[in-house]
Amino acid sequence: MHERQSSGGGDIEARLARIRGTAPVREHTARTIAALTTNPGCDRRAVLDAAGIDKQKLAGYVGFAFPSGQSPFAITRGNAFEAQVKADGCAGLLRLLGERLGLPVPEVSYADLAPAGGDASLEGRHARTHRLVAEAAAAGPDGAVLLDHPLLRLAVGGRTAYLEPDLIAVKLRGRFHIVEIKSFAVIDGQADGRKVAAAATQAAVYVLALRGLLAELGYGPETVADEAVLICPENFANRPTAALVDVRKQVRVLARQLSRLVRVGDLVAALPPDLTFDLGDGAGIPGRPVVEVKGALHATRARYAPECLDACELAYFCRDEARGQTAALGRSVRDELGGVPDVADVLALAEGSRAPDGDQAESAELLRLAARLRAEALAAAR
Amino acid sequence: MSTLTSLARAQAVRAGRAQPIATVRHLHIHDRPLVLIPLTLAGEANAPLAAMAGDHPDTPRLLVVAQPRNRDQRFAFAAALAGIVVSYVDSFTLEVEAVAGDRPRDIRVRFADAPQIVVPNPGGVGFARLFGRSTRFRRTYGDFPVDPAVPMLGRWLTFLAERAEYPGSCLLLAATEALALHWATGQSLVEDQNLAALLGWIEPPAGLTGVQAAALAEDAGICPPAGPTTDPVFDNTVLASLIRDGDVPGLEKALTTQLEPTWGLVWRAIDRLRALPAGSRVAGRWDADKEAFTAHVQHLRDGGPPQPRRDSATAAAQRLNRLERAQASYAAQRAFDDLLVLAEYRLAGEAFAGTVTAADPERVEGTGRSRKLRPHITVTTADPVRLAPGTALSAPTRPGQKATLLAVTGDEVLLELSGGMGRAATPAPGTVPELGERICYSSLTDGYQPVADFPRREDTPWTHGGPPAGYEPVAVDDAAAEEWS
Repeated sequence: MHERQSSGGGDIEARLARIRGTAPVREHTARTIAALTTNPGCDRRAVLDAAGIDKQKLAGYVGFAFPSGQSPFAITRGNAFEAQVKADGCAGLLRLLGERLGLPVPEVSYADLAPAGGDASLEGRHARTHRLVAEAAAAGPDGAVLLDHPLLRLAVGGRTAYLEPDLIAVKLRGRFHIVEIKSFAVIDGQADGRKVAAAATQAAVYVLALRGLLAELGYGPETVADEAVLICPENFANRPTAALVDVRKQVRVLARQLSRLVRVGDLVAALPPDLTFDLGDGAGIPGRPVVEVKGALHATRARYAPECLDACELAYFCRDEARGQTAALGRSVRDELGGVPDVADVLALAEGSRAPDGDQAESAELLRLAARLRAEALAAAR
Repeated sequence: MSTLTSLARAQAVRAGRAQPIATVRHLHIHDRPLVLIPLTLAGEANAPLAAMAGDHPDTPRLLVVAQPRNRDQRFAFAAALAGIVVSYVDSFTLEVEAVAGDRPRDIRVRFADAPQIVVPNPGGVGFARLFGRSTRFRRTYGDFPVDPAVPMLGRWLTFLAERAEYPGSCLLLAATEALALHWATGQSLVEDQNLAALLGWIEPPAGLTGVQAAALAEDAGICPPAGPTTDPVFDNTVLASLIRDGDVPGLEKALTTQLEPTWGLVWRAIDRLRALPAGSRVAGRWDADKEAFTAHVQHLRDGGPPQPRRDSATAAAQRLNRLERAQASYAAQRAFDDLLVLAEYRLAGEAFAGTVTAADPERVEGTGRSRKLRPHITVTTADPVRLAPGTALSAPTRPGQKATLLAVTGDEVLLELSGGMGRAATPAPGTVPELGERICYSSLTDGYQPVADFPRREDTPWTHGGPPAGYEPVAVDDAAAEEWS
């Protein structure tokens, strides 16, 4: 995985700590890491994530709370389904892997790494995962093992994130597999494409983390299968079914994003030296004037697109900031308007009331023609 | 989407309200549509929670499932929904009309009208598809029997959901998509998925801009989501305890608060669309819907099997071919009906409008029996023309006449005409565009498109899985034994 940059790493860490202020670090989860792939060009998000800032809280503070929260029904159903799949030491799951995926399941040892008494610290749990993975890897092709509640680590932008896959890693045919248990239904062999894509990206985070662990032990990336095992309810019942999902593409994209995050130092260096998102008034009570916090946000460059509304807690703030910009109407709309950034400029060019800048001549011609055709058709219809 | 509709979005931003992207209505709007707003329980696979349905804005009917995870209650809901949907659909099987077939002596009979169901958004169409799938295979006998109305509902919902994929079909409409076909807002397509926000841009309340109206609409506390999923905050603070306590009156009251605003919005959308003048080819497409409806009723009356879970290879290829042909024809018809849609093709250089500046109406080719009228006209246009010489064109105003593009010189287009000029040695008066006439030509055609050739079911090649197995209700119907949470 990516080592923290040695030169100036401490400085960057100190800068990020100042940017975060007195609030506790918000650690990455598989979900937030997966979200890094949705809008990689956004500096604002890169800086806030690198500094470990609670974006949900920040957005609420500046008056653009993100409507969040999962329905209790969805949570209950998700937990119940996971419990059902894992019942009896995952006996049902193993049968499914054999029947559905043709993965040979000989003698499998099952280990639950859930924090039960004893050493429940993150480091302790990770160490146990590390030890069991090392044993399984060394056991040769026949040593199949199922690890429940494992804890993996992944370096994200110089910090360590702890990740909890649903299950790792049934070692089958000599390779480790990530198992994701999701409660959305697969109906007649088809599932909601967006949900499958989200599950695949999350699985890719775990694949990267597990490869990192095995790399420390001297094993190559091929030790972890490119295909994650997705377990979902089948049709309208609760009976689980299994499918293999190829996550190679997601792994590549994530690896590229993570390597970019390491360079967050360049981004931070370009920011005003006294920039901070501390909400406190110094006494630990959120009391900093909202206008100041907004000012700090405006000092970072966002790259808003409507897709952010699904993925980023700050999206409503950024949308408000982006009003009057063509990008706020969608990337394809912006492209169709010749890439001209401002709506006012688009209209001025279309109406011929503004002369195009050097590289806008072609766009301006298209916009003028579009405006003429539109006006003509509307006038004829009256 | 195109530069033209994107420009309309930019204009909507400045105007603070939505801008038209169509000058006529491209959809059939029924005199008596059935509005259906389904709600499902979060986390479950399309488990119905409630529905509001009815064919008149003043008389909505509310259906509630007190315990959505309970199988019996789920099918009681399906039977009740069938009471509304199937009886609405059946009300169109009472009156028939005669239509001429391909040959003059062929007279066919079809139903004089067809049903139209309107849901708030594409999620509502998805609900119909999935609920159709979960009910159409249910057995009415043996273990876990259901009311006979349940599989019938499933077959109708499946038919309607499949038909909704058909370009130009209006048997099942999503209100957001129907509105977005006619107006561009000052927000993105993602945000247009919210019916309340979309209508907020189209009809902002007095004193509010589109942005302000849409912002109010996005607040789930003020404006509950149009479904099928409910607001998680509502689930948490209201619904969870009511379901736990099995409080049916409380559930009915709470779910009414979630459904009523959307009920009003869908009817507003219908009224708004109805107020637009219909395009001239809308009625023809509705006739095609009536044909499809008649064929499905006939299939049911003949005791035909329910739609399969997945199409066989041949059926899937045929369906795709039908969809592609319908798409091409729908695109051409909309352009012919609507100058604003045609303008999209002019912008792309696939159509041009101009004035006839030269004409040789009596030009002929050949002599004797092979003598043919082939007039030449020159159209001067300011539009960019990106059509290759030899391309066959036609004008929406002269559908029976073919124009072959000969050359484009500067802003002049030279065309050779054939057909639609009568049988005499010279063109019948008015059949050749005259000097000074405004005319528009495009490469769009709404003519006959040949049906592609596919192997018969029993000849499906092994590359496509070989011949599919026939329908065997009992074997396929293990659905009845599915476990329920």
